[in-house]
Amino acid sequence: MTFNTKHLEMTLETQVESVNLAEEMCLRVAEAAGFGEDDCYRIGMSVREGVINAFHYGNQERPDKKIYLAVDFTADKMIIHVLDEGRGFKLSDVPDPLAEENLLSTSGRGIFLMRAFMDEFDVVPGRTGGAEIVMSKKLPSSGSASPNGQGGQSATPQQEA
Amino acid sequence: MALHATHRDAGQVTVVDLSGRITLGDGSALLRKTIRGLLDEERKMILLNLADVDYIDSSGIGELVSGYTAVKNKSGDLKLLHLTKKVRDLLQITKLYTVFDVFTDESTALRSFTNPAAA
Repeated sequence: MTFNTKHLEMTLETQVESVNLAEEMCLRVAEAAGFGEDDCYRIGMSVREGVINAFHYGNQERPDKKIYLAVDFTADKMIIHVLDEGRGFKLSDVPDPLAEENLLSTSGRGIFLMRAFMDEFDVVPGRTGGAEIVMSKKLPSSGSASPNGQGGQSATPQQEA
Repeated sequence: MALHATHRDAGQVTVVDLSGRITLGDGSALLRKTIRGLLDEERKMILLNLADVDYIDSSGIGELVSGYTAVKNKSGDLKLLHLTKKVRDLLQITKLYTVFDVFTDESTALRSFTNPAAA
């Protein structure tokens, strides 16, 4: 795969294997785009969490539903879209995993991690009626990027998840 | 890299040596099976050695928390040993570093089970 590509997309089955596949694909693209090791880890983890979210919460692990992954490059950032075929959700409805009462929850940290690891993060209504996660990372060559792996929001998310 | 788990007894404590990734699917399932298996054998003092675990996702974090709660519910204790930088960072940003007892030295960790002051 060459880095001349500006747009990539793939349709994934709703199965556990899709999580690893999506992560590996985006890791290769991120490496080709020049991201450092730490940023690649953060991008890979965020893609992973986005697809887990689509697999488990969005599509309810139903194999008849699909997950749509797309990667776009603008002049200064890598943008990742993860779309499911669920019912969608509002970010404001997602419990804060850092709240005392949620610390021992066994789930609910995926959104938080994506917010922590990416420069921009949002969830919008998708064309399928499901949720579309849109997240981005500034390219290393764009000046304000994070060649040492420190994400824009670093390890301190600015919004509650 | 798939998760591998072996365990060894150190007195009342069982040390579980883990290597690989604790992620959605087989990794999380193996961790769950290992901890539940030890609890079934009444091994309630568990030290998870994460020296060779370099990757955990939210599913793996959830499984660590689930194991911790299951052990505590049986009046046992589950502690962590030798965190890699990535795992330590994850536990810090999720505030779980304040929940788990974390050690960098195995003998100190083992002593802490019988002598809480060692923690």
